Amino acid sequence: MEKRDTDKLIIDHTAYTTRLNSRFAARKPYTPPVAGRIQSFIPGTVVEVLVNPGDTVKEGDDIVILEAMKMKNRLKSHLDGKVVAVNVKPGDRVTKGAVLVEIA
Amino acid sequence: MAMERKIRELKEKREKMLLGGGEEAIVKQKAMGKNTARERIMAILDAGTFNEYDMFVEHDARDFGMDKKNLPSDGVVIGTGTVHGNPVAIFAQDFTVAGGSLGLMHSRKITKMMDHALKMRIPLIGINDSGGARIQEGVNSLAGYGEIFFRNTISSGVIPQISVILGPCAGGAVYSPALTDFVFVVDNISKMFITGPEVIKTVLGEEISMESLGGARVHCEITGNAHFFAASEDECFSQIKRLVSFIPRNNQVRAAFTETIPPDAGYDIDKIVPGDPTLPYDVREVIRAVADGSDFFEIQEMYARNMVIGFGRMGGRTVGFVANQPMEMAGVLDVDSSDKAARFIRYCDAFSIPLITLVDLPGYLPGVDQEHAGVIRHGAKVLYAYSEATVPKLTVILRKAYGGGYIAMSSRHLRADFVLAWPTAEIAVMGPEGAANIIFRKEITSAADPDEMRRQKVDEYREKFANPYVAASRGYVDAVIEPSETRRMLLHGLEVSENKDVQMPWKKHGIPPF
Repeated sequence: MEKRDTDKLIIDHTAYTTRLNSRFAARKPYTPPVAGRIQSFIPGTVVEVLVNPGDTVKEGDDIVILEAMKMKNRLKSHLDGKVVAVNVKPGDRVTKGAVLVEIA
Repeated sequence: MAMERKIRELKEKREKMLLGGGEEAIVKQKAMGKNTARERIMAILDAGTFNEYDMFVEHDARDFGMDKKNLPSDGVVIGTGTVHGNPVAIFAQDFTVAGGSLGLMHSRKITKMMDHALKMRIPLIGINDSGGARIQEGVNSLAGYGEIFFRNTISSGVIPQISVILGPCAGGAVYSPALTDFVFVVDNISKMFITGPEVIKTVLGEEISMESLGGARVHCEITGNAHFFAASEDECFSQIKRLVSFIPRNNQVRAAFTETIPPDAGYDIDKIVPGDPTLPYDVREVIRAVADGSDFFEIQEMYARNMVIGFGRMGGRTVGFVANQPMEMAGVLDVDSSDKAARFIRYCDAFSIPLITLVDLPGYLPGVDQEHAGVIRHGAKVLYAYSEATVPKLTVILRKAYGGGYIAMSSRHLRADFVLAWPTAEIAVMGPEGAANIIFRKEITSAADPDEMRRQKVDEYREKFANPYVAASRGYVDAVIEPSETRRMLLHGLEVSENKDVQMPWKKHGIPPF
């Protein structure tokens, strides 16, 4: 763990000279969820991709089947739209939060 | 000469048992830097005080070829002895016997010792070194774990329970240590996890080594499951003995008094804390400057370093120190530091150990991750723990005490018995910069020179509120003292509160924000 004595932590407009812990130093800025992104909610393996780029989909349509913890999970579209990107193929192992398919 | 023969027979039987899983298994154990179960017990206990029970216990499992397997002492060594002359009950799983796996009789030996410890009101020390459930014994093995967890819970707050992880402790087995008061781990030897690397790999496709998943360092730095980190088993054993010297043997008696040793003359308490509230320092120096013999036994040293907790002595009596650490994350309260402090406060309260709180914090850590990690309910634990604690509570406000942080850190409002403040104390809703920006926003934005106006208003606020005297004028602070008066005032406070008696309303139990 890297230790820096000259780090600053700002609280209520005041900059405190202190060390930052590694978790804080490595924190990612918050990004709001995007409805068109089909993301893995758990690490797992892609079993089937049910759409192709250019397909028209409706809210609630199955987009990807993701296997994790011996369960086959159907990931559904959150909106009506067009598939603009398919980033995975069957057999791919994906981490949690990976963007599998994008719909616009 | 029947007696002589029978004694010889007993000796032979004992010798056999003392070999545990046999010489080959012992060589393997040693190669890993590990001692045998009985060696570990002897190393912790005072020389010659170990009395072993249930040496000849045998399992009666019949399935999967178990009827042909002889497991000496059924893979666990139990008994009683003393540490610094204090009686303790102890058990040590023997990895050389069937990997220290837990079957029915193995668990019955452990629970026998647990029942004994509770009945006799003496501390329990458990040494874990086990591959897990003895699968051949099926549900009997699960029953065994359940019986252990139940006793851990019932004994909690009655007798001290110490867990020592000296090998694998995986799956359900981890919950016994998790339910106990203090967990000791040793680098490269201790491994704790619910699901191991193999399962994680097959189910989730994530690859990780045992050490990175649940090694000693991980549990000391990241998870907070462990309290004491040692580089070797020997270091671990001396840490255990040191801990036992600070704590009482049960919740009905006080920890042993020692003679009063003044702090080292080398500490100049007036010079430790910088006057500028934004500058860091090591709060442990303040603790050492006031504690007997400048001796401080820190707990969870590597976890949530922005909060310092541990034992020391004041006037020969054990006290628990809780202190914000300005040199780490500015000493903020966050999810982890709240958990760390709250649990320790409850430990001290359960075992009649007075609490000394040193305050210097800017408040709670802002951020989405903290809010989403539940800093509300975790932070509430500190309020709960201090409020319900009826042991003597002494508070020293060294410097900043802002906002919710001021309230949480053993304030008068949570029934601190003595609240002292140094002249450097700033007791206010927030720091001058933040406060001026809110109160004087109109004046600042409409000024010809906003920066100059802001500076003026910040100074105005600082002059008025960034001091201990506003709180002192309301009686929230009992006395504003010079740093060099701190030890004398704390000793006096402890003396005055020697017979503190607080009656709480009857309840079955509270509902702390777990």
